[in-house]
Amino acid sequence: MTDTMTLSAPKSTAVDQSELLLSVRDLHVKFVSRERTVHAVNGISFDLHRGEVLGILGESGSGKSVTLRAIQKLLPPRRTVMSGSIKLQDRDVLQMNGRELSRLRGADVAMIFQEPATSFDPVYSIGHQICETVVHHEGISWSDARARALELLELVRIPSAKSRLDAYPHELSGGMRQRAMIALALSCRPQLLLADEPTTALDATVQIQVLLLLAQLQKDLGLSIIFVTHDVGVAIEISSRLAVMYGGHISESGPMSDVVTAPLHPYTQGLLASTIHSASRGTVLEAIPGSPPNLTAPPSECTFAPRCRYAVAECRNGVPVPRHPVPDRSVRCIRSEEVAKSGPLGIGSQG
Amino acid sequence: MSMVQDLGGPAQPLLIVRNLRKYFPTKNTVLSFGKSPPVRAVDGISFSVRKGETLGVVGESGCGKSTMARLLIRLIEPDEGEVVLDGEAVGSRDGISVRDMLHKMQMVFQDSYASLNPRLPIEDSIAFGPISAGLPSAKAQERAIGLLDKVGLDPKLFVHRYPHELSGGQRQRVNIARALAIEPRLLILDEAVSALDKSVEAQVLNLLSDLRAQFDLTYIFISHDLNVVHYISDKVMVMYLGEVVELGAIDQVYEAPRHPYTQALLRAQPTMDPQRRTTEVPITGDPPSPINPPSGCRFHTRCPYVEDICSQVAPTLNEPENDGHGVACHMSNSGSGHSRAGLGLDGRI
Repeated sequence: MTDTMTLSAPKSTAVDQSELLLSVRDLHVKFVSRERTVHAVNGISFDLHRGEVLGILGESGSGKSVTLRAIQKLLPPRRTVMSGSIKLQDRDVLQMNGRELSRLRGADVAMIFQEPATSFDPVYSIGHQICETVVHHEGISWSDARARALELLELVRIPSAKSRLDAYPHELSGGMRQRAMIALALSCRPQLLLADEPTTALDATVQIQVLLLLAQLQKDLGLSIIFVTHDVGVAIEISSRLAVMYGGHISESGPMSDVVTAPLHPYTQGLLASTIHSASRGTVLEAIPGSPPNLTAPPSECTFAPRCRYAVAECRNGVPVPRHPVPDRSVRCIRSEEVAKSGPLGIGSQG
Repeated sequence: MSMVQDLGGPAQPLLIVRNLRKYFPTKNTVLSFGKSPPVRAVDGISFSVRKGETLGVVGESGCGKSTMARLLIRLIEPDEGEVVLDGEAVGSRDGISVRDMLHKMQMVFQDSYASLNPRLPIEDSIAFGPISAGLPSAKAQERAIGLLDKVGLDPKLFVHRYPHELSGGQRQRVNIARALAIEPRLLILDEAVSALDKSVEAQVLNLLSDLRAQFDLTYIFISHDLNVVHYISDKVMVMYLGEVVELGAIDQVYEAPRHPYTQALLRAQPTMDPQRRTTEVPITGDPPSPINPPSGCRFHTRCPYVEDICSQVAPTLNEPENDGHGVACHMSNSGSGHSRAGLGLDGRI
């Protein structure tokens, strides 16, 4: 399907897993309005290597989507205060403006959203919207762009792709629209694909199809993906690395299977324990008490401490700094040894 | 709380639904030449719920599960069918009126904010039902306070708050208290925990389990999340395009599904195990539209076992082994003419 044209490889041919693609350092995002300031992201740092799929797992208000949008600098400029750095290769996204930014969006970094129905323009056909993007970014002719669009629809396995080129968004089912959205995102061969809960609005039998499609495309095209989700199961299916966010911090990060089977942060442990799976029946769920933090003031202590069963007085003395108790893993908790000792609850304990 | 009135004794199912049907007309447009086909939202479904039992209802969007809930509680009028609540036919002359039925059956909706009056303190929202049912307002307020305590919200802190001052999980607790305020026997929970974060969802599910035991409640629990339904239900009903395709005890259905759609739905769940990630798509395509559903068995367009008979004859829900595990599939009916008739699934999904 893909061997006819140049789509099969992104800009560099061989994928070097050790090459650093994206490096985020001490990113802070505040939303300022007259009434209040919301501290959505409070100093997060992470790296993404080529060919990696980083899952960002978190509940609503944890800052996961804000982080994702910051990478494309998509947040409303007048109300958003950002600091830190987001380096894509050697360029800092936060310093970009105008032309440079529009070149970044779509061509280098593309995004797919939760609701494909609202991400497409309803008055143009799918094919037209893909062609428009390709022509804008690559300056090729409309007929070449149309050939590319057709190839893309075949790549994302839309049946009878040729006739679907002229279909309008409303004529496609939810799953097909999300596939078309992925085709549009891949149209300029981005190096980095940002996915903001792209399967949340889909039905179960369609969700797994889209997840497996993304996994396949990632492998075939050597894409790097950041996949934001609130669903532990989805994160496990797609990620190679996992970052768990809570209250605008990355609570913990590391290789996905390590984080899931041996969590180091009490929040990760609680989230896994309260996620219902096939072995939960007949048990009392280990719910995390309380509710997520209010982010109208910058955190002065561990944001999870009020809900944490491991909390001690020391947890209230400032925000814990990331520690690395195990190589390749990072955790913002001063009591991670105790958490690790108590072993996994819930999912990880199934063996 | 006062003792509920039990009419038929423990053997009488609390709810019997027979051949419930609702078609929604679609707009006639210039292009539709004459009459356009209706949306067959709920197309002849039958089931019963025993006292104290929790019936889980699963299915993808458009399968009619929410329409069914709204039909049961008469937010919309059914086109056809009979609903019998504890031996009394709802809305019939010699049965129980819709108004009285609502005192025994209540519903909790997905959108916790939209289902509370934004201008009423939550205490008044909870007391509203009992007051309109004739309870003196002082008594109703007392009951509201008691219920707030029962659903885990400290009355001292919460009675005078408004819905917008609460978190999603707290609001859903208020909705549960509101539904329980007129002492119903049957609670319909329509995606009641779906909008909540996982950590809060677990809290609310634990609460629902406690309340069920405490008040002898019977639940109809509607959800798209198979894991949640497995956790809370005793029986499960699987719906596809307005029809019931499988119905049985939860463990039977989850461990040995008889309908290819149920099997596909179960296989489509994330595995939750990093070592055994899903590698193959269990089923392709999207669910078709309930306007003009496929002929015969509605699942035949996506079914890996499809044969000619499937597109010609609609299978009926039957129990191949008379074990309370019903399935609407030609493969489970020995005389159907399908080459696998009487054999069932062989692991193609």
